[in-house]
Amino acid sequence: MRFYRALLHLYPVSFRSEYGDELVAAFAARHANARGAGALLAMFAAAIADVVPNAAAEHADILRQDLRYTLRALRNAPAFAITAVLVVALGVGANTAAFSVADFALIRPLPFFQPGQLVKVWERTPSYGNLEFSPGNFRDLQAAAKSFSALGAYSGTAVNLVGSGEPMRVESATVTANLLPLIGVQPQFGRLFTAADTVDGQTVILSNTLWQTHFGADENILGKRLTLDGKPYTVIGVMPPSFGFPARTVALWTTMAFATADFDDRGNNYLKVVGRLAPGVTVERALGEANLVAAQAERQFPKVNEHIRATVYKLSDEGSERSRLLLVALCGATLCILLLACANLASLLLARASSREREIALRAALGAGRERLVRQVVTESLVLALMGGIAGVVVAVVSVPALARLVPDSLPVAQLPSVDLRVLFFAAATIALTGLGFGIVPALRAGRANAMQALRDGARAGGGRKQHTRSALVAVEVMASVVLLVSSGLLVRAMLRIQAVDPGFQSSGVLTARTALPLPKYDDPRVREQFFNHVLSGVRALPGVTSAAYASFLPMAMGGGIWPVIIDGRNLSRNGSDKASLRFATPQYFATLRIPLLRGRDVAETDDAAHVYTAVVSQSFATRYFPSQDAIGQRFQIGLHERTIVGIVGDVRVRGLEKESEPQVYVPTQQVDVGSLVFYTPKDLVIRSTAPTAALLPELRRIVREADPQQPISDIRTMDQVVAGETAPRLAQLRVLGMLAIVALLLAGVGIHGLLSFTVSRRTQEIGVRMALGAESGEIVRMVLREALTLTTLGVVPGIALGYAAGRAMQALLAGIRPADPLTLATAVGLCAAATLIGCARPALRASRVDPIAALRAE
Amino acid sequence: MLPLPPATFHILMALTDEDRHGYAIIQDVMVRTEGELRLSAGTLYRSIQRMLEQGLVVEARTRPAPALDDQRRRYYSITAFGIAVARAEMRRLTQLVRLARARGLTPETI
Repeated sequence: MRFYRALLHLYPVSFRSEYGDELVAAFAARHANARGAGALLAMFAAAIADVVPNAAAEHADILRQDLRYTLRALRNAPAFAITAVLVVALGVGANTAAFSVADFALIRPLPFFQPGQLVKVWERTPSYGNLEFSPGNFRDLQAAAKSFSALGAYSGTAVNLVGSGEPMRVESATVTANLLPLIGVQPQFGRLFTAADTVDGQTVILSNTLWQTHFGADENILGKRLTLDGKPYTVIGVMPPSFGFPARTVALWTTMAFATADFDDRGNNYLKVVGRLAPGVTVERALGEANLVAAQAERQFPKVNEHIRATVYKLSDEGSERSRLLLVALCGATLCILLLACANLASLLLARASSREREIALRAALGAGRERLVRQVVTESLVLALMGGIAGVVVAVVSVPALARLVPDSLPVAQLPSVDLRVLFFAAATIALTGLGFGIVPALRAGRANAMQALRDGARAGGGRKQHTRSALVAVEVMASVVLLVSSGLLVRAMLRIQAVDPGFQSSGVLTARTALPLPKYDDPRVREQFFNHVLSGVRALPGVTSAAYASFLPMAMGGGIWPVIIDGRNLSRNGSDKASLRFATPQYFATLRIPLLRGRDVAETDDAAHVYTAVVSQSFATRYFPSQDAIGQRFQIGLHERTIVGIVGDVRVRGLEKESEPQVYVPTQQVDVGSLVFYTPKDLVIRSTAPTAALLPELRRIVREADPQQPISDIRTMDQVVAGETAPRLAQLRVLGMLAIVALLLAGVGIHGLLSFTVSRRTQEIGVRMALGAESGEIVRMVLREALTLTTLGVVPGIALGYAAGRAMQALLAGIRPADPLTLATAVGLCAAATLIGCARPALRASRVDPIAALRAE
Repeated sequence: MLPLPPATFHILMALTDEDRHGYAIIQDVMVRTEGELRLSAGTLYRSIQRMLEQGLVVEARTRPAPALDDQRRRYYSITAFGIAVARAEMRRLTQLVRLARARGLTPETI
């Protein structure tokens, strides 16, 4: 018997309470007739076979009823339904998108074997936190450090690839043979490097992308030959699509080998080092040991290793602090939106519950059980969450690719984030819980409370406590939107300030392209000069071209290339601060970029190895090193030669608009020794022209092909694009935050409007009485406005405080704008006040038009 | 509403001569069909629930003589509408059988 009663719990409560006793009685009757264990067993089996399908069918029936009822109810309140679905969609969508991206970049472990053990190791000097290792110091660390089970090194570079089709410039990495096994990856096919590969160093592993795009996914690629920078290589492996180390853009890997001479030059820092921590070793302990090894090296080589220590951090912490902050800010913003969405939904449901109090009371009075009422509300909330969730998926799918642009390129994974289903589920669950929470409470109360009282109270009931809850919710909405407005306002100000910075050159009308000359073919500067002369004279002769030049690097595209400055034996250590950004340049470089020539002359064709070594310096160089004398004619040493200053030009923001740059030194392309300073070999061509890019390009290709048929052209872009690239991540983030802020403002406005319209309609009688007693309609409007203003103030005050805190947290992004920037704060408050005013305009108007007679008659 | 589900039709039949409670309906159906159709309790009460909504049956106002009455039980009686619906279903079935016969179909196998 007890078993059967328990079984009946499968039925919905309503059905069980109605027919439970009957069912039990029927069962008891049959039970009394049953004889023998076999008959009893058969009875129980029959009971189970009866109850299970019937209970399921009964649940389905109720669900169908509730759904029909819900859809009808929502159709009858389209404004409510649409608002609720939109609110949910925005909350779920924005959150899912932002968290998918952030999770990808910040939280998810790297796709390597036990990624928690992988660390990055750097040399640290007083002026550089992360300096590459020199081969000698790397070898010492490898030999001495016990904290690492393995240490490998790599160096990023770019090579000219001649395999099939056009010669191509691709990014590559040279790695020590142990690096890829150390990271813990397997090739898709083929093999990884072994120590034997470093002997002749003529093997190459391809990235999946390169294999697909350039070699047509040729399955017989292993053993094929290709040419990199003029040297032959054999393909030994292809990596899986998910692999991209050290960056997404790396297309192939070759081995690096060290000659004995390489270990002697401890000032030649170019090795990036990755280590795997030995089991149980912490980052701190590894750092301690690396510092000890560095101190030992300092004692051995006091001059070149002076003040050198180590930096160790987890590989997963890579990626600039700034892009990290960007993502954190984004997450904060979307949490604000989720909060807003929840608050708005809660507010909507509370309003709906109050206005349906009578309906629910009526249904309860007509015999609907509490369980059925609650069930109905739950269905309605879930339907709203589901509809909003589906719309939210659309929002997320659309916005993830846009947000993916915020993921730093330096992240060592090959894929871009996609919509994360767990996150989607999380956001949807949050919303659904909110919906349930605020939907159920009124239903429960309706089920419990004296239904008659609700019926008697008629339309007057306001529900004091509920009203307070809604007011609090609106205040929270205002607060969240103020926070978002302040944050995005600060970023807009920072953006404007950065865009107003003078880069020191004129980017418009300049086309740039790169022809990176392979070595050792172009080791000799005289051979290079022939190439430059051929290309430049050809380009300068093109119609529309006013000037053209070659230089080591483009400003902003490359911020490094720093060299110590030595003046009259004032020889400072390489860790000192006397440095300049060194560039080799051909004549016309300044004219092409419109960098003003302040005094003296440009570098000239005649500044070759046979003549006096010369340099053109920037204004800040002249005032810094020769403050009290004329810099022209002065001599100093840079780039392995003593040079005489022949000209002074304006300063350029080499390191970008947001950073301080070192003073600049430009030296003639011919005044360098054979095979020396290869890093500085000029590769970037700049062309000032009035002709469109499309017209110039084919001509440029023809000219370069004439100069050297094997030479690829890469990185074709306008100088404007280079400068825009500086602010592109900022712009992307600003767009996202700005969009979120607008959404927030909208939601807050909707919230205020909803609450006030509701209060006004609830207080129609009261307002009618007031007017009948002589209140002017102006007073009534003021009353409504006062309520709106109170709510706004309640939200704005903590909003400003939180917005200030958010501003402090992202100060690194603000380019010197103070978090308490008065203009931004005032604008945010102003916008919020405007949204409030617009939101309460209609309710206030309606309140002022209440007809006292009609209102009182309704009583 | 037509065609009626077989269970519904049988319940209506069971209630035409007198008001019955649930278990009595099950037994009546079983006796009349000579054990062919055994309504399960769940099927019965789900049918009754729907039939109450549709107005085919009501809970009986008059209860049997106290000696025979079981206080826990609910008795159901057929409504005028229920009788009308049962008749309509009969007409539909008869018509169907007539049509089948007109085509020369007989229930007996040859």
